[in-house]
Amino acid sequence: MKGMTIIVKTIARLISGLILLFGIYIVLHGHLTPGGGFAGGVIIAGCFIFLFLAYGSEETKNEVSKWRASLCESFGLLLFWYLAMLGIFAGTQFFLNIINKGNPFHLFSAGIIPLCNIGIGIEVGGGLFAIFIILATLKMEEKK
Amino acid sequence: MIELYLLLILMILGAVIALEAKDLLSAIISLGLIGFSLVLIFLILQAPDLAIVQIVVETLSLIILIAAILKTSLKDTAQENGLKEKFLLGGGLLFLIIFMFFVNQAIKFLPHFGFPLMRMAKNYIDLGLIKTGAVNLVAAIILDFRGYDTLGEATILFTAVIGVGAVLRKIGRKK
Repeated sequence: MKGMTIIVKTIARLISGLILLFGIYIVLHGHLTPGGGFAGGVIIAGCFIFLFLAYGSEETKNEVSKWRASLCESFGLLLFWYLAMLGIFAGTQFFLNIINKGNPFHLFSAGIIPLCNIGIGIEVGGGLFAIFIILATLKMEEKK
Repeated sequence: MIELYLLLILMILGAVIALEAKDLLSAIISLGLIGFSLVLIFLILQAPDLAIVQIVVETLSLIILIAAILKTSLKDTAQENGLKEKFLLGGGLLFLIIFMFFVNQAIKFLPHFGFPLMRMAKNYIDLGLIKTGAVNLVAAIILDFRGYDTLGEATILFTAVIGVGAVLRKIGRKK
């Protein structure tokens, strides 16, 4: 997959940071505003796919980024499972919200719900980007 | 309500055009018409969470489909006009008529549109903020009341990515 023109590359370089920031905002405010882990994770994956499409697969190191995306995905899912098992570690039930709930309408509130959102966001972003890299590099290999 | 029906008619038209178009790029643009009409329907029905997810996933899948289709000759090469195709079309229409008849029978017993039987959901709405502390009620339901569903869903996504990576791998393939 070849890269695009210099106009697309410049705009992608300028905009991709803002897209990543918006995805992180959607993930972190999942318990206050519409959105959450899945939507924010897809936006984060979209930011990286945008850069990948603009710069082409020659300039990016495919194997390294595939390995990192897979690592992010596994880490996010493991974080979610450990948060779910926090209740067992504390001596109560599975998936019980044991952290202090705090005041409503604050960023640090609602116990484990924002932490679960962060885990799902990391997992979905890494997983979708890994699928995209696998499909794109497969196409490139068959052309040779 | 009238805009909802207009959008539904637009979605059906988009599906028919996506099936019948000879140009593959037009077919994929019609698929996008279906998805983005669904975004507008979610917004009209006041579900911004679903609208965000739908608009992002639809854009991503359209990008992937167009990137896949630009390598081909952009022509629909499916063959038609055989006896088997006519038989399948007739069977499909017959099934559709029978199915619509039974749907029409069953729809009398459903609650009216916009007025569901809110026994369970009313409990969630009343106690959601008190029990979980999350202001966004959707996050409270999918991560606290129905947390097991989300846990299984995340595991299914992980398994799907592992499956794609295992089928389309480079190392250890026989040529």
